[in-house]
Amino acid sequence: MEHKPSVPGEVPTFTATLIIRRFDPEVDEEPRWQDFDVELHATDRILDALHKIKWEQDGSLTFRRSCAHGVCGSDAMRINGKNRLACKTLIKDLDISQPIYIEAIKGLPLEKDLIVDMEPFFDSFRSVNPFLMAGGAPKDGKERKQSPVERARFDDTTKCILCAACTSSCPVFWTDGQYFGPAAIVNAHRFIFDSRDEGSNVRLDILNDKEGVWRCRTTFNCTDACPRGIQVTKAIAEVKQAILRGHP
Amino acid sequence: MSTIDAPRSPLVSPQRRRKRGINWEKWGWIYMRASGVVLVVLIFGHLFVNLFAGEGVKAIDFAFVAGKLADPFWVAWDTLLLWLALIHGANGMRTIVNDYANNRLVRYILLGAIALSTIVLLTLGTLVIYTFDPCPAGSPADLLPSFCPVP
Repeated sequence: MEHKPSVPGEVPTFTATLIIRRFDPEVDEEPRWQDFDVELHATDRILDALHKIKWEQDGSLTFRRSCAHGVCGSDAMRINGKNRLACKTLIKDLDISQPIYIEAIKGLPLEKDLIVDMEPFFDSFRSVNPFLMAGGAPKDGKERKQSPVERARFDDTTKCILCAACTSSCPVFWTDGQYFGPAAIVNAHRFIFDSRDEGSNVRLDILNDKEGVWRCRTTFNCTDACPRGIQVTKAIAEVKQAILRGHP
Repeated sequence: MSTIDAPRSPLVSPQRRRKRGINWEKWGWIYMRASGVVLVVLIFGHLFVNLFAGEGVKAIDFAFVAGKLADPFWVAWDTLLLWLALIHGANGMRTIVNDYANNRLVRYILLGAIALSTIVLLTLGTLVIYTFDPCPAGSPADLLPSFCPVP
C-alpha cells in the first residue's frame, strides 16, 4: 500500500478589524481610536494580531509583552470591554463579525497606546508586605515545615502574576485610585493564610482601613478578569472575615 | 558574616495612615449585613400582614393603620423597620457618594444632605409612630373617623 505523506490542509484565514485606542503623549492631546484590518487564523491570539499590526502595518503601536504565554503578566488590556491577557485571548473566542476593541487597562495613568504607569499598582502591592514575615530561625534549624492541607489553604492566591487585570477592572479603583485594589489584597491573603508567616496581624491591620477591604463592593469584576482563575472576590471576603475574627 | 534583614516596607504609607479610634468603615460594613438580615424579616412580615393576611390589601384604610399603631407589638416592629431601613439606605448612599463624588465640596454637600434628610425623616417617623392618636381630644366630630367614641 502506498503511503502518502499527510499534508495538513491549509488553515483558513480571515480578516478581522481591530479598533485600538491610541495615545502618543508627544502628539495627541486626547486618546483616539484607530482601525486596523488584520489577516488572522482562528487559532491566533490578540497578541499575534497586535504583532502583525506592529510588524507589518504601524511600527509605532506600543504595548508590553514579555513571555507571551500567560505567565509574566505584561500584556493585560481591555479587549471588547473586558480585562484580558492579549496572549491568552484567542481570536476564535471573539465575535469577529464585529470589530474588536482594544484599549489600555483603566484606572492607571495612560503613558502610551496600551501602556499604563503600573507604579500606583505596585505601591499598593508593596504596602501589604508581600513577603514572608517570620521572626527568628525555624524550630529545628533547617526549614519551616508545612502540611499539604496548610499549603492548600492559600494555594489559589499564590497564582497571581501581578498583571493588574483585576485591580484595573474594579469600579472602586477607577474612582480615585486610593483603594488598595484586589491584587494587593490577594497577595496579602497569600501570606495571611500561610501557616509559616507571623505577620498576618500587621497585614490585617493595614487592610482594616477606609481604603482597605471595606471598600470592596463585591462586584466580582476582579474574579471575572483574573486570567489565572483566582477567586479574587472570595479571597477578599476571607480577609474581611479574618479581620472580624482578629486572626486568620 | 553579616546578614541582611528581612525586607521592610513602611507599615502604611503616610497618606494612608489611619488615626486610631472607632473604625467606622468596619462597623458600617457589619451594620449593612446585620441590618440587612433583620430587614428581610421585617419588610416581608410588613408586606404580608398589610397586603396579604386576612382581607388583604382591601383592608388598608385609616382604621387599619390606627389599629396597628395601637398595638405595642406593631409599634416596636415599625420603629425597628424605620430606623434600620433608613440608616441602611443612608449608609448605602454615603458609600456611593464616597465612591463617586471626587470633588471635596460636592462630596460634603451630598453627605450633609443625606445626613440631614435621614435625621429629619427619622425624627418625623418616630414622632408619628409614638404620638399618633386617631381620635384627638377636642377635635370637631365631623373631622374624626367613624370608629372614634362620640363625645
